[in-house]
Amino acid sequence: MGKEALCDDHQGIIRLDNAQKIYQMGTEQVRALAGVTISFQKGSFWAIMGPSGSGKSTMMNILGCLDRLTSGSYYLEGEDVSRLDDDALSERRLRHLGFIFQSFNLIPQLTVQRNIELPLYYLGWDAIRSAERAAELAEQVGLGERLHHRPTELSGGQMQRVAVARALANDPQIIFADEPTGNLDTATGEQILQLLVELNEQGKTIIMVTHEPNIAAHAKSRLHMIDGVIDRIDAG
Amino acid sequence: MRQTRLGRNIWLGIENLLLHKLRSFLTMLGVVFGVGSVVAMLSVGEGASKEALEQIRKLGSNNIIISSIKSAEEEATSTQHSHMSIYGLTYEDHHRVAESFKDIKRTAPVKLMRKDSRLRERVMELRVVGTTPEWFELVPREILAGRVLLGSGQDDDTPVAVLTEFGARKILATESTIGQTIRIGSDQFEVIGIVRSESGQAGNIQIPDQEVDAYIPIEVARLYFGDVFTKRTSGGDEREMVELHQMIVQVDDPKKVEAVAAGIERMLGQSHKKKDYVVSVPLALLKQAEAMKRRFNIVLGSIAGISLLVGGIGIMNIMLASVTERTREIGIRRAIGAKRRQIIFQFLIETVVLSTTGGIIGLGVGGLIPLLITYFSHMTTLITLSGVLLPLFISMTIGIVFGLYPAMRAARVDPIVALRHE
Repeated sequence: MGKEALCDDHQGIIRLDNAQKIYQMGTEQVRALAGVTISFQKGSFWAIMGPSGSGKSTMMNILGCLDRLTSGSYYLEGEDVSRLDDDALSERRLRHLGFIFQSFNLIPQLTVQRNIELPLYYLGWDAIRSAERAAELAEQVGLGERLHHRPTELSGGQMQRVAVARALANDPQIIFADEPTGNLDTATGEQILQLLVELNEQGKTIIMVTHEPNIAAHAKSRLHMIDGVIDRIDAG
Repeated sequence: MRQTRLGRNIWLGIENLLLHKLRSFLTMLGVVFGVGSVVAMLSVGEGASKEALEQIRKLGSNNIIISSIKSAEEEATSTQHSHMSIYGLTYEDHHRVAESFKDIKRTAPVKLMRKDSRLRERVMELRVVGTTPEWFELVPREILAGRVLLGSGQDDDTPVAVLTEFGARKILATESTIGQTIRIGSDQFEVIGIVRSESGQAGNIQIPDQEVDAYIPIEVARLYFGDVFTKRTSGGDEREMVELHQMIVQVDDPKKVEAVAAGIERMLGQSHKKKDYVVSVPLALLKQAEAMKRRFNIVLGSIAGISLLVGGIGIMNIMLASVTERTREIGIRRAIGAKRRQIIFQFLIETVVLSTTGGIIGLGVGGLIPLLITYFSHMTTLITLSGVLLPLFISMTIGIVFGLYPAMRAARVDPIVALRHE
C-alpha cells in the first residue's frame, strides 16, 4: 500500500528513465532500447507501434517485468524495479500485471476454469474462492457456459476471451496486450479490442503492442518506436 | 492452506500423467521391477530369519544336541554276517559331560527304541524314548493331560509312559487316557501323561521330539530292554549295541553355547576312537539363515539396484522430454508470476507421483514373488511393515533424485523465449 501511495499521477504508473537494453549477439552489440524516457499515466490506453526490430517487443518485455534493463531505471507504480531479482520480478508480475498474447497462450490440458484460476493458484487462493472468481470472470468476458471446456474446443476469439479473463484474475492495474488481435479475424479482433476499451473505461491502464494502425486507433495514445528510440508520440 | 496446495500439486501431477497413460506406465516399469525385487528380497530375508528363529525355538536356543552315528568304518564292516556294531555315546559319556562343564545347566540322555506295543487287540510299533525328567525342561512342550516324568528319582524304576500326541492317537485312539495300561515290548506300562509334540525338520538338525510316540524313564528302558537292538534288514538280522542315541545339553548362557559345544567335541574326541557322534548347535541355524539372507540380498539386491537405476534414468529421460514438450506451458506459468522454485516443485511432484505410483505397483508385483517362492521352494517368506515402507521410500527417493535435474531445467526456461516458441 505504501508503494502505491508514492505513485502520483504526475510521476505516472509506469516510468522509464533513460532505459537501455543492450544484447550481445556474438561480437556485435545490439541496442534494442537506446535510452528511452517516458511516463504512462494511470488509466491511459497506449499503443506501442513500430516495425519489427524497432524495439517494441523489448519495451514490452521490460515493462512486463519479464526482462531487465542494462542501464537506466524503470519505476512501476512508483517503485524502482530495474534492479530486482528474478523472484521479486515474478512477484510483481503476479500481483500487479496482466498479460494477453497474440497466440493466446492457454495451457491446453487445463480447462477454461483452471486456466483462468492460474494466477490465483500462485497467489495462494483456496479452490472454492478461485472457482467463484473464475466463474465471475468467465461471465464477464461472455464465456460463462464454457468453464469446463478445454482450450482446443474453443474458437480463437473464445480463447482470447479466456486469456483476457485470466489476465484480470489477479485484478491488476496494468494489462499488457501483445498483438492481441494478430491471430483473429477482423470482426473477432474488433470484439476483443472492445473488451480492452471497456476495461480501460473501468480504470485499467492498458499497454498494447501492435503494428497495425487501425488496431492502434482504438488506443487513446500511440507511441511510435524506431531503432530502439521513441520516434513520435500521438497523445490522445 | 499449504496442505491443500500440495494436494492440488499432486492432483495436477496425476492428471498430467494420465494424459499419457501408456508412456507413464512404460516409464514406471523400471521402478516397478526394482521395487518388486526389493520387496521380494526383504520378504525372503525376513522369512529366513523367522524360520531360523522358529527352528531354534523348537530346538531350544541354549541347547547342544549330540547324536550317535555309525562311523564310516563301522558302516563298512557291518555288512558282514552276524556282526554286531557297537558305537555311539555311552552312559559314561553322558555322566562325564554333565560333570565337566560348569556352564551346563542340565542334560538329558536319550535312548531310542522301536517296540511293538499293545492295548487290547490293537498292536502298533511305537517309537519309544528312554530319558530322564530333565528332558521335559530341555524341550518344553505343552502338557495336554496328566503329568510328565518326575525328578529326584521318583519315576526312575516305575514302568510309566508319557505319550506324545502322535503316540496317544495311535495306541489309545478313543480309549480313556491317563491311568490306562499299555504293553510296550513284553511289559506293562501305565500312561501318566500326554504332551504336545513339534513336527518337521529344523534345517539339517533333527528336532529331538520328532517322531516320538512315548517317553519312559531311561533306567526302566535299560533294565527292561537292554542296549542291544536288532534291526531286521534284507540281508538278515543286524544287531547293534548303542547305549545312548542322543544327548541334549543345555547351557545357561547362549553366548557360551559354541564354546561348550567345542569343549564337548574335544572331550568326546579323546574317549572315542572312532567318530561315531556328531555335535550340533541349533544356534548355528541362525548363521545358516543369515548366510542365505546374504545370498538372496546379493542376487535380488543387484537386480533391484540395476532396475531402480535404469528406472530412474528412464524417468529422468521422459521428464526431460516432457520439459521440452511443455516449454510453452512453463513460459506461461512464469509470465503469470510463478517463481522458479514453484516450477521446480511442480515437476518434482510430477516425477515423485510417477515413481511412487511405480513403487505401489511394484509392491503388488513384489508381493506375488514371495508367494511364488514359497509355492515352489517351500521357503518361508514374510512381508513386514518395514518391508513395505522401505521400498515405497526408495521409490519416492528415486523420484526426487532423478526428477531434480529435469525440474531445474524446467525452471531455467526463459519465459520470453518460451512464449515466442511456436
